[in-house]
Amino acid sequence: MSYQAKSLAIAGALAATLSASVAGPAQAQEMEKCFGVSLAGENDCAAGPGTTCAGTSKVDYQGNAWTLVPAGTCTTMELPEGRMGALEALERDLPA
Amino acid sequence: MLDTGSRALPAAPGVGYKPQHFAGIMADPGPVRWLEVHAENYMGAGGRPLAQLRALAERFAISVHGVGLSIGGEGALDTAHLARLKALCGWLRPASFSEHLAWSTHDGVFLNDLLPLPYTQATLARVCDHIDQVQEVLGRQMLLENPSTYLSFAQATMEEVVFLREVAQRTGCGLLLDVNNVFVSAVNQGFDPAAYLRRFPLELVGEIHLGGHAEDAADHGMPLLIDAHGTPVADPVWALYAQAVAQGGTRATLIEWDNDVPDWPVLRAEAGRAAQVLARAGARVTA
Amino acid sequence: MSQSAFAQAVLMPDAPLPPGLVDPQGRPAPRRFDVYRNTVAASLVAALEEGFPVVRQLVGAPFFAAMALVVLRAHPPEGPVLSGYGAAFPTFLEQFPPVAHLGYLPDMARLELLVRDSYHAADAVPLAAEALAALPVPALLASRIGLAPSLRLMPSRWPVQAIWCAHQAGGAEPPMQPGDVVVLRPEFDPRPHLLPAGGLAVIRGLHAGLTLEAALDAAPGADLTAVLTLLLRGRAIVELRR
Repeated sequence: MSYQAKSLAIAGALAATLSASVAGPAQAQEMEKCFGVSLAGENDCAAGPGTTCAGTSKVDYQGNAWTLVPAGTCTTMELPEGRMGALEALERDLPA
Repeated sequence: MLDTGSRALPAAPGVGYKPQHFAGIMADPGPVRWLEVHAENYMGAGGRPLAQLRALAERFAISVHGVGLSIGGEGALDTAHLARLKALCGWLRPASFSEHLAWSTHDGVFLNDLLPLPYTQATLARVCDHIDQVQEVLGRQMLLENPSTYLSFAQATMEEVVFLREVAQRTGCGLLLDVNNVFVSAVNQGFDPAAYLRRFPLELVGEIHLGGHAEDAADHGMPLLIDAHGTPVADPVWALYAQAVAQGGTRATLIEWDNDVPDWPVLRAEAGRAAQVLARAGARVTA
Repeated sequence: MSQSAFAQAVLMPDAPLPPGLVDPQGRPAPRRFDVYRNTVAASLVAALEEGFPVVRQLVGAPFFAAMALVVLRAHPPEGPVLSGYGAAFPTFLEQFPPVAHLGYLPDMARLELLVRDSYHAADAVPLAAEALAALPVPALLASRIGLAPSLRLMPSRWPVQAIWCAHQAGGAEPPMQPGDVVVLRPEFDPRPHLLPAGGLAVIRGLHAGLTLEAALDAAPGADLTAVLTLLLRGRAIVELRR
């Protein structure tokens, strides 16, 4: 790739980012979002499991996944070429 | 001499912090003057959890409550985990650090529950060694919490209240009195919770926990209570709490609500009930 | 009664009650022991549910809960910080026959681990696009670029980024395009983005300490404008070094 092409790519990326940030959300809104004023659960969606020190009596140590069938959105999700459920991997080698 | 923290917890209500309550707590904390966080949830390198905790620590005293150190474990303490606790307490400078009289890790497997211990001389020696190590590494006094128990060990030779007093005397640690745990264990083990409290060394208590429990049934039709933290504090637990405060004086008092966590106003109102008990006992608490 | 015997029995639903665990009358107490069994299993199932919400939606809650019981017994947590729990889950999914027909599922679990990892990663102050724009382009090309510590890369042959977005609350459904993914965390919320052509190679080059020019040269055919725009908008450029 030519030096000029790389220069143009940088200039283009900076221009695209600068124009987007002018139209972007105000800083105050950004701060509110940071500290989780948005919907409960949604703002912390990526937190993952937390520890607690509570016990439970919920009977939850039995069940047999080997006899069950996945039955969530995988059965209804619209995938390319009108197929449902199973879909094909991209046909190319993974980079090492 | 052990550092007992730069700021002691106030003899006022606190709550177990849940991220969904951040905005509510900041807008209207009500009578809540301090917050407790589970240490293991704040051991990442950055991001929102630490940003929230830093912001909260500017306004509230913080208690760090460990739930994974496995102080009663037969094996050695996890020194990597102890180092993480030291780092957290180092930057946060919490008013209190506490852990449980229980075990949760064995042979490199963490079972994510507070598992029971047989109260024997061997257990006592091991728990004391581990608490010595924790206090040495953290450079501060810790509080040890009495557990909720569901069964007994045939090999046990000591009562829990005697065991706890002995641990505190040998190590210099303080105690965290979980009044709901006293009630749950009393029903499950068939002892009188009021009598247990009368023998509890309340002068060593730095913090009190209150929480809700669930009712279940054990073998032979016997009642069984579960320390589920998913409901309001039960009336007999409030009565025991009033007894503890009357008997030992006012203490920092935490409402724990870990499952089916309610909206902030509900939790704040529960803290308000603790504030009333403390106020009646003469504490200066903002209602 | 040793903790070893207790630990083994507490993880296995059908194991006999270890001796010496009794009720107040000294009788064996299997239902009392089951409280610990319940809590261990239920709390770790909940940890996996919270850690892999998209995988859970894909296979459905009942199947996920039953599968989680298999996972937690095969791969219990190795430490008390549960924010990292589930690292063995993608490989487990590759080998679990009931999900063998869902080829994208292991990569979805990998992506959810990376999103969570990014969420807890160290903070860094991004360089403003204005500051970068003020520099001459030759100086930028000769610089080494420090990327945000919360950036995560995942090569994939599946449309996991689109499937992830389709499973967020109110999320838009992008076209089901397969490809490599970069997780960016502009503030506190990580988001996966489909990488433009050559993006993986460019970012790996930058991570390896190449100058921007050398990293771009290492990815012939890359859509350089798209890659750089993504990094800038995701506030992922945090340092420039000569």
